[in-house]
Amino acid sequence: MIGRITDAAALENLRAEAIVDHPERRRSVTVCGGTGCQAAGCAEVGEALRAELAAQGLTDTVKLVVTGCNGFCEQGPIVVVRPDDVFYPKVKVADVKEIVGTTVAGGEIIERLLYRNPVDGELIAHEQQIPFYGEQTRRIFGQNGYIDPVNLTDYLAIDGYAAMSKALLDMKPDEVIEEVVASGLRGRGGGGFLAGRKWRSCRAAAGEHKYVICNADEGDPGAFMDRSLLEGNPHGIIEGLIIGAWAIGADEGFVYVRHEYPLAVKRLEEALEQARAAGLLGDDILGSGFSFDIRISRGGGAFVCGESTALMASLEGQAGEPRAKYVHTVEQGLFDRPTTLNNVETWANVPPIILGGAAEYASIGSEGSKGTKIFSLVGQINNTGLVEVPMGITLREIVYGVGGGIPGGRKFKAVQTGGPSGGCIPEGMLGLEVDFQKLTEVGSMMGSGGMIVMDETTCMVDVARYFIAFLKEESCGKCVPCREGLKTALDILTRITEGRGVLEDIDLLLEIGDWMSASSLCALGGSAANPVASTIRYFRDEYEAHIVERRCPAGACRELITYSIDPEICNGCHACVKACPEACITGETRHVHNLDADSCIKCGACLSACRHHAISRK
Amino acid sequence: MLEQILSRYPQDRTSLVMILQDLQSEFGYLPQDALEEISTRLEISRAQVYSVATFYNVLSLKPRGRHLIRVCMGTACHVRQGSLILAAAERELGIKDGETSADGEFTLQSVGCVGACAIGPVVEVDEEHFGHMNVQKMSRLIRKIKKRAASDTTSAGEERS
Repeated sequence: MIGRITDAAALENLRAEAIVDHPERRRSVTVCGGTGCQAAGCAEVGEALRAELAAQGLTDTVKLVVTGCNGFCEQGPIVVVRPDDVFYPKVKVADVKEIVGTTVAGGEIIERLLYRNPVDGELIAHEQQIPFYGEQTRRIFGQNGYIDPVNLTDYLAIDGYAAMSKALLDMKPDEVIEEVVASGLRGRGGGGFLAGRKWRSCRAAAGEHKYVICNADEGDPGAFMDRSLLEGNPHGIIEGLIIGAWAIGADEGFVYVRHEYPLAVKRLEEALEQARAAGLLGDDILGSGFSFDIRISRGGGAFVCGESTALMASLEGQAGEPRAKYVHTVEQGLFDRPTTLNNVETWANVPPIILGGAAEYASIGSEGSKGTKIFSLVGQINNTGLVEVPMGITLREIVYGVGGGIPGGRKFKAVQTGGPSGGCIPEGMLGLEVDFQKLTEVGSMMGSGGMIVMDETTCMVDVARYFIAFLKEESCGKCVPCREGLKTALDILTRITEGRGVLEDIDLLLEIGDWMSASSLCALGGSAANPVASTIRYFRDEYEAHIVERRCPAGACRELITYSIDPEICNGCHACVKACPEACITGETRHVHNLDADSCIKCGACLSACRHHAISRK
Repeated sequence: MLEQILSRYPQDRTSLVMILQDLQSEFGYLPQDALEEISTRLEISRAQVYSVATFYNVLSLKPRGRHLIRVCMGTACHVRQGSLILAAAERELGIKDGETSADGEFTLQSVGCVGACAIGPVVEVDEEHFGHMNVQKMSRLIRKIKKRAASDTTSAGEERS
């Protein structure tokens, strides 16, 4: 562990030493240790690599680095041999010996282990040649693939804490704030409020003690960039918080993390310890006279706590219920003291702004939305994972360029952005330039950056019902419009998906939505109508098919579909017969099977058991 | 044990949520006498302790099973048929979402999003993630855990005898 760094010169000396072993240039083998890769068994692969490097006598010359999330979770466990950046996806323990011998020691590429582009079947050897990576602009997230998240030396090598040093020693707090204002940085957590303006109000607010908070209660279903930033580069968040605290005059900071993210908590704890030991947190940081420290608080698993006032209530030890914001939290927030709250990704954007300057930062992006945005590109898409792209990029470039389009030759239907507060954007709008303004104009929103791709097998009424059911569960119940509105909307959507709807239901849903938007206490209820309104706006025909024809065009709504076996394809392999829990599939081996639709419970077991795609759901 | 947990935090209401979380992970639920003790020690009314204890999803007043099976209901998992996975788990365990099996072995819970969207549908068993699930894999996974749990009990029994 690095001992106390007392001034800027000492910091730069350490950096000079660290750069000798620069993460991007050193001989190393990186294994992604993100949550997705862990589920795929990266821990075993990492251990095997360690043993094999030792066995082949390479331990001293080649560094093994377990990194944070690389973003390409679908392809895990991911191993990259650097500095040549030879990329191996879905690595198994059995492949390790060959990788070390042939690629690490021999410098040769192993063709059978390479990534195959799902679009054209081409084999690709190097990380940056893979469209998923090559099409991105990885300004905030890019270092995740190289550095050891809990190695301060690695962070110093990539300019870590240089922005903090510059802010604390060379800039006045107001100058820091004006730089952030000039950068055009907007909050990445949902609201999209100008971060610098928030900081300015908080600095101006009266009060001896002020707080900065990092909102890591990433509850939006379908989004996980904050998790990956915390797991992959916790020092970046800490540095952002220190700069923010200096700017507004805060002496204490909090990171409020979801309890569902134990690895993020662990990595952050370790990074905080290192920063404290190095004197980058605590009293008189780098001899600047500025003192500041950060505490971690684990959330309790309540979506509403992502809302700023609810989060602060939770930090105060209360139930996480929001309050009306007659008085802004920048004036009276946590413990009624001036508080600046931003989310993880927003804080991660701060060091590059200070280090490179506002002008350089704002050179990327669209008119009202500067910089990059990390999206969680998931759902029915070939390349799923985290993607960082410039603001203003079109949806088409994201879905077909980075994402590689829809798998299985199916047809694109919609992309859902903004989490439960967002909306569904149809195919005709794939040319939309993605930024805060444009997404709001089409009835969706940026939110925290979830981007869920849906194809023809996704029912849009079911999607609307899904979000309303989620929000009904998560509504804290304090205000009537949200509590009762969601309950009623869910009842209506449920009966439509079960084939019991009437045409008047569509207008009734819109009306309930208008009332909720106009009169709910916080953004949870205020934006809850978006998923319903946007699906009605763009996919009214699907609602009408459910109501008038009692039919689910996507074949998703359980009450309206039947399973059947295609006698042309079925080869009588018996797999579905064994899988069916209700014994409603019968037939001799090697003869076409028969499915009794009357006793079928539509559980989907046969569908997942059949390897010949003989079972259909319509 | 309660003393140990209390000693980790400042004795005021800001520590309440953290203390309850530690208690939950230690006991698998929040015992009533412990809640009363916390109310006295932190000088918070019982009603307020109860309000917090029943607000957050991670906290439970009823004992949870030895194994916690959480099925992700996030959007990415939903569009990949996550609800069928939950139904399969319910069928295999013979309990509904949110319930604990009679033998105290399993608690089944649906969860908003576990944040592993790229490998959905996702199931989490005692903090271990399982990605790319389908109905068949879910049934197999539960049978495997059941089998392991059964052999654990037998071997523990053998040791005792």
